[in-house]
Amino acid sequence: MIKVKINGQEQSWDGDPDLPLLWFLRDEAGLTGTKYGCGQALCGACTVIVDKEAVRACITSINDVAGREVTTIEGLHPNGDHPVQKAWRQVNVPQCGFCQAGQIMQAAALLMDNPKPSHDQIREAMSGNICRCGCYQRIENAVHLASTGV
Amino acid sequence: MNFIDNPRKLRGFEKNIRVEKVSRRSILKGLGVTGGFVLAAPVMSRQALAYETGAGKMPHGVVVDPRVFVSVAPDGIVTIVGHRSEMGTGVRTSLPLIVAEEMEADWSRVKVQQAHGDEVKFGNQDTDGSRSTRHYLIPMRQIGASARTMLEQAAAKRWGVPATEVKAVNHEVVHSASGRKLGFGELAADAAKESVPSIESLKLKDPKDFRYLGKGQVGIVDLHDITTGKARYGADVRLPGMKYAVIARPPVTGGKLVKFEPDAALKVPGVEKVMQVRGWPWPSKFQPLGGVAVIARNTGAAIKGRDALKLVWDDGPNGKYESAAYRKELEEASRKPGLVLRQEGDADTALKGADKVIVGEYYIPHLAHVSMEPPVAVADVKGDKAEIWAPVQSPGGTREDVAKTLGIPEANVTVNVTLLGGGFGRKSKCDFALEAALLSKELGAPVKVQWTREDDIHNGFLHTVSVERIEAGLDKSGKVIAWRHRSVAPSIASTFAAGTVHQAPFEIGMGLVDMPFEIANISCENPEAAAHTRIGWFRSVSNIPRAFAVQSMVGEIAQATGRDQKDMLLQLIGSPRIVKPAVKDLWNYGEPFDSYPIDTARLRKVVELVAEKGEWGRKVPKGHGLGIAVHRSFVSYIATIVEVAVDEKGKLTVPRVDTAIDCGTYVNPERIASQIEGAAIMGLSIAKYGEITFKDGKVQQKNFDDFQVVRMDDSPVVTNVYIVPPGPDTPPSGVGEPGVPPFAPALINAIFAATGKRIRSLPIGKQLEA
Ligand code: FES
Ligand code: FES
Repeated sequence: MIKVKINGQEQSWDGDPDLPLLWFLRDEAGLTGTKYGCGQALCGACTVIVDKEAVRACITSINDVAGREVTTIEGLHPNGDHPVQKAWRQVNVPQCGFCQAGQIMQAAALLMDNPKPSHDQIREAMSGNICRCGCYQRIENAVHLASTGV
Repeated sequence: MNFIDNPRKLRGFEKNIRVEKVSRRSILKGLGVTGGFVLAAPVMSRQALAYETGAGKMPHGVVVDPRVFVSVAPDGIVTIVGHRSEMGTGVRTSLPLIVAEEMEADWSRVKVQQAHGDEVKFGNQDTDGSRSTRHYLIPMRQIGASARTMLEQAAAKRWGVPATEVKAVNHEVVHSASGRKLGFGELAADAAKESVPSIESLKLKDPKDFRYLGKGQVGIVDLHDITTGKARYGADVRLPGMKYAVIARPPVTGGKLVKFEPDAALKVPGVEKVMQVRGWPWPSKFQPLGGVAVIARNTGAAIKGRDALKLVWDDGPNGKYESAAYRKELEEASRKPGLVLRQEGDADTALKGADKVIVGEYYIPHLAHVSMEPPVAVADVKGDKAEIWAPVQSPGGTREDVAKTLGIPEANVTVNVTLLGGGFGRKSKCDFALEAALLSKELGAPVKVQWTREDDIHNGFLHTVSVERIEAGLDKSGKVIAWRHRSVAPSIASTFAAGTVHQAPFEIGMGLVDMPFEIANISCENPEAAAHTRIGWFRSVSNIPRAFAVQSMVGEIAQATGRDQKDMLLQLIGSPRIVKPAVKDLWNYGEPFDSYPIDTARLRKVVELVAEKGEWGRKVPKGHGLGIAVHRSFVSYIATIVEVAVDEKGKLTVPRVDTAIDCGTYVNPERIASQIEGAAIMGLSIAKYGEITFKDGKVQQKNFDDFQVVRMDDSPVVTNVYIVPPGPDTPPSGVGEPGVPPFAPALINAIFAATGKRIRSLPIGKQLEA
């Protein structure tokens, strides 16, 4: 039996220990905010925070996070008012929105690590997250806004 | 009736025409003939309109009825139906906002409800062709005005005063003479009993009183849900007892399953069943390809199970499709005369007598949509009833196709439309929903079919592949006196009818025969090309290769004659006029030519505007260059300037993009800007990386590692958007697609300015590294 804390709640799993965390979250735990975009750590749509680090849930097995703490978009802030989320709304970032949970989690992890990133640092840190709609200019501006106070 | 940029209307074409049996000319004619569509309620009155659109000619036309689109609850909450699909353009906000504006509803007390697929009730729902605002601005205003009038009438009756003395203002109706007021909620029950006013009697608001339209102050309705993970896409639908499926499909278009070994798959923990899926022979429009489905308790197990399947395929007639060889075929075809589509003057003779002939042969490969959310659908089929949840651009068409595929009445099919995680034309094809329906029927349980990214790239409906060859003849003074453009590309119509070798009117009308330059001798031709894979609509469609070729050629002429690109462009566009190409039944994005002519004054205007705002001719650092391009598509006019920087190693970056758009009367400038910013990035993805290639009939790419798209570190640093203010009564025109076509040629012209290298083949790839 694998035990993992997700958004503060203890969850357990006694199926395939190799099951990617992404599918555990989405299909078994019903946390569909974390998205599938590639399954190969190429797009960032599945980004969650494990302990304090951004992690691609599609190539992380449920076994890899046993005993650790996973935060998904649903658990980032109780009212959805994390500075990154607020900045996102102020800048009207999303188009289709499908990549956005991953982008927001990546940005939140970046700011934990580096509270005042430069524009170049933002562009570098966010480059693992694809937005096919092409919201990059606004994502960059929103991360910058979140880092300077919303 | 015009053919049709619409998959649905191809039904008529399917029935009426067998392409392989008819001559070239009648193919073109045949594609123009469609029939059998009932225009449900084209209630738009001519008097009420300053212009006409093609909305009434879409399947099921337009429904203008406030009882269908608006409801007011006793607590005052106004619910407005959004009947188009939201894939990132903002349409789920923009159309209801138009209704709210006209009915004087306070947007903070409005809820948007997504319509299910029902075109008899809601009118046409095909969300494609950049049509929503241009077809629905006036109908949505009329719906809002009807609702407002009914509320006003109810209040006037309650107070016993003439309706002319009362007025709806910001969610209440007021009688200023007596100072009385009633909220919309208090009037709801009475208003519902009022008869719906005739369209002729409606008074639309004076645009100067608009609170929302044209202002860009309203965020999209899903903003909070998207940023908190609550927004529900197709992939996020969960039903009790639902099974998860992935499908192994034939790797070659037209291939068939020979045999399969399920045992290893069935041993994977979580896998419950392995079953065959019915496939249709190619071409069969949007019908499933067939294959083997693995059913599991979660998607991860289904994918692992599928990896363990042993499969043997018969590749069929397309097993030899190979991109390099096919390219040669296209190039050779482009060097010989083809079906003449537009002829003005005598291009042959003029080219022979020209002082100088400039030839450009441009290549644009297949592209995959790779919407961020790969195709996915949930179906629950019980007996002769089916319910679908899917991110589809065509809710009505999906309903028709599900009914047909399952052999049940359309009335028994419910299509629930979720948010779409991107569409770009891929989700106009409902094959994935049909797969889910077939599986659910057989399993007797709800099922979700999830396409992996590899599936999306291997088994999609790709953008065509084309060679565009242009010959421009110049006289001694450098004036262009002859223009011959041959476009060779497999047609989307090949996905509907075997043996198609010519492009359809809606493809040739995208930048080939509607070319706007003032040139005396013009020939536009279409040599034959047969398809070997499924071709489909991709955002901007044939405008991508056409704008690339035509606008690159402008750069080449400027380059050959030592003129400024922008001046050259304006010279070619010529005098302000309405261009009337000598083309029979010119396809004009389904719109009447009178409302939406090819207007070179507007084309010139966007060039001049972008040149001014984008500081054309500004000094740029060494290794940088500026390029410009303009293109009319989806009846909008767009010009783009790209600044590029190329370093010694050939690494390319884009410090700045400027785009001017004239899309007529508009609703939400903030969303227009976001569409154009995104279009620059998609344009850059196409130019820099976009290429799907085939070997042995199979797509060689598989995921974002080998089918790359632009990421933040190589996206344009800044994209500025300028919107041309509309004149009074200028009809609205497209926004979602027109931003893409001019980007690549502007970039390529900029690269020439920076490096002296002329790129004629996309993607750029490593061409600058040499
Ligand atoms: S789904 Fe995990 S990185 Fe793309
Ligand atoms: S908003 Fe659509 S993929 Fe990013």
